[in-house]
Amino acid sequence: MFEYAPAPESQALVNFKDSYGHFIDGKFQKPGKTYQTINPANEKVLADITYGTEKDVDLAVKAARHAYEKVWSKLPGAERGKYLYRIARIIQERARELAVAETLNNGKPIKETRDVDIPLVAAWFFYYAGWADKLDYAGLGPNPQALGVAAQVIPWNFPLMMLAWKIAPALAAGNTVVLKPAETTPLTALLFAEICQQAELPDGVVNIVTGFGDTGAALVGHKDVNKVAFTGSTEVGRIIARQVAGTNKKVTLELGGKAANIVFDDAPLDQAVEGIINGIFFNQGHVCCAGSRLLVQESIQDELLKKLQRRMESLRLGDPMDKNTDIGAINSKAQLKKIEALVKQGEKEGAERWSPACVIPKNGFYFAPTLMLGVSPANTVAREEIFGPVLSVMTFRTPQEAVTKANNTEFGLSAGIWTEKGSRILKLADQLNAGVVWANTFNQFDPTSPFGGFKESGYGREGGKQGLAAYLKGGY
Amino acid sequence: MQPHSPEAIVGSRITNQSLKRWLHSLPGVDKVGLEARAASLGTRSIKTSSKAWALDSAIKMMDLTTLEGMDTPERVKSLCLKALTPDPTDLDCPRPAAICVYGDMVKHAKKALGNSGIYVAAVATAFPSGRASVAVKLLDTKDAVKAGADEIDMVIDRGAFLSGNYLEVYKQIQAVKEACKRSDGSYAHLKVILETGELQTYDNIRRASYLAMLAGGDFIKTSTGKVTVNATIPITMLMLQAVRDWYDEHGVLIGVKPAGGIRTAKDAIKYLVVVKETAGEQWLNPDLFRFGASSLLNDVLMQRQKLKTGNYSGPDYVSVD
Repeated sequence: MFEYAPAPESQALVNFKDSYGHFIDGKFQKPGKTYQTINPANEKVLADITYGTEKDVDLAVKAARHAYEKVWSKLPGAERGKYLYRIARIIQERARELAVAETLNNGKPIKETRDVDIPLVAAWFFYYAGWADKLDYAGLGPNPQALGVAAQVIPWNFPLMMLAWKIAPALAAGNTVVLKPAETTPLTALLFAEICQQAELPDGVVNIVTGFGDTGAALVGHKDVNKVAFTGSTEVGRIIARQVAGTNKKVTLELGGKAANIVFDDAPLDQAVEGIINGIFFNQGHVCCAGSRLLVQESIQDELLKKLQRRMESLRLGDPMDKNTDIGAINSKAQLKKIEALVKQGEKEGAERWSPACVIPKNGFYFAPTLMLGVSPANTVAREEIFGPVLSVMTFRTPQEAVTKANNTEFGLSAGIWTEKGSRILKLADQLNAGVVWANTFNQFDPTSPFGGFKESGYGREGGKQGLAAYLKGGY
Repeated sequence: MQPHSPEAIVGSRITNQSLKRWLHSLPGVDKVGLEARAASLGTRSIKTSSKAWALDSAIKMMDLTTLEGMDTPERVKSLCLKALTPDPTDLDCPRPAAICVYGDMVKHAKKALGNSGIYVAAVATAFPSGRASVAVKLLDTKDAVKAGADEIDMVIDRGAFLSGNYLEVYKQIQAVKEACKRSDGSYAHLKVILETGELQTYDNIRRASYLAMLAGGDFIKTSTGKVTVNATIPITMLMLQAVRDWYDEHGVLIGVKPAGGIRTAKDAIKYLVVVKETAGEQWLNPDLFRFGASSLLNDVLMQRQKLKTGNYSGPDYVSVD
């Protein structure tokens, strides 16, 4: 019948070097001791990446300090804005190349990098470019001052987007940065370094140091950084909080989540199904604000699950470079193992596991979209962040029970409400302990809107006017 | 599964009250979400062999249409000949499912098409406005059936629907269905045009779809092609969800026909993607999915030629109609 023929995006759109050194003081260093970064969709090596040492970090922080004191802090806001606008435009011009690079290194479908990640990256730079000369209106009093050098450590789930969330507000506010991308996804950050050169950004304003956790720890712990911004696991977030305790460093942490997606019996069902799918299977579920707990009103459970399962059968898992792929590869073997272990644990505790029939490619790391049915709030899969395409299904009977169950988590990053009743949306949004509450939609991002968590999901906000406060004196 | 009776489906005797209760209990439609899903399916990339399949299928599912005040027997004949041989340079080119004309043109179309297997569909019931007495609408229908129409495309009474008189809409569809009965006891196939552009809201479109299915329509069709907003992908997707759910609940297969404004092969392929991923492959079949279109065929033919020869020829290499 109507089978979709392969529609692969061209790999030739991007040219990686064989090996990369750090990007410090406007120049790429010679590669040092390296490790390999791979394409998780087929396990092929993409490039050799330098494993950053304490010395490298020190060099980068020095460059950032120098650039801050001699150049960046002396520039008027409007001039900083010009550079940011220039970067934003170059990102748009090189959008297709960046989308391909991101898909190759991360494993997420090209459809998502092309339509979501890269457009948002450009939007973030455009948005904060506009703020650079308007900091007087950030709500922090007249002429707010930058902090200095920001140490930024980002995760592998949205590599370039997380870079944009960190670098754009930092630079707009007048800081210089040293950023460490995740060890498995350094390539788009290194392409971004090329973009900084292309935009003729003054040397040392943006520095990229690649490496593993200890590289990140050296950066966060460096005595000459004024600000630490981290996005990643709650586990590492705790370590960082301890590491910077008792110093003058300002910290923002954006950590894990276990969001509830609450579906009431008067919800627009077909759209709720789409929202549930988008909530948990977008980016293979590697989303800190993923709607990983489905709370469905008991009276519509059967109807909704039937629709959801049918819809899951139409999800296309496979080669991320194919334009028709909905679910790509899991980013690493380690993550795949973690997902597998948690799902097994869930089964052991009595949950019923369901996946649609789908062919898993032989090479690369893949995990079928999965429902865990009959989950109780006490189960591991209802409590721990799985960070994969696994949805735990629970029920509720009354709105109060929905709120109680939704809030019964150590996290508090996001939540979703599905109902046609506007008054209920407003009341629930008020009662849910989550930084973001989506109503009749899920996983929508915009640079004008602040994003961040409650409880163990971290502190500080990114995006919007609130996101500037994290990089200015007088902010939190 | 035995088809359920309307009373069993609604759960009571059919009255305006019971119809209203039933229709208003259907889940609402979120506009933003529906349109976002439709847009995301629009990004599917259909290449090579799947494109060839889709182009041929688009022709096979087409109701090639002429519905103009200036239609003449000669014009209808010319369109029928085009349906018989859409592409004289490629005799393997499939034929459209039907020719769609006004009632008085049915006999000319029948004559031109002979026993080719291409159906003749007639619009009826005071198309496109539907503003005439029921007696006139029924006579209009009977007249077309008598002239040999295989399919009847009726319009619902939008005024009655919008004023909440669901029973009137329901009764009219049922009466037209009876008027589709031929002397040998068989029925002309009934397509019910909802005129979605006049119903305006997605909630209304879902309710009208259910009402038409309850009353015995074989197909639900979006539009007459005579108003400002005709077929759109989100509307068609919503109607496909309705027929899919209807089949699940009642075991009856109902067709969907988007009509009006579908002009390019690219659009047609998007619709087929939506059919596949909403209702399922079962609906990728002229018995269950049709395009109502007048200018679509030539664009599909040009795309077909391009796929075969690698060259894009231009409009002078396909016949005007």
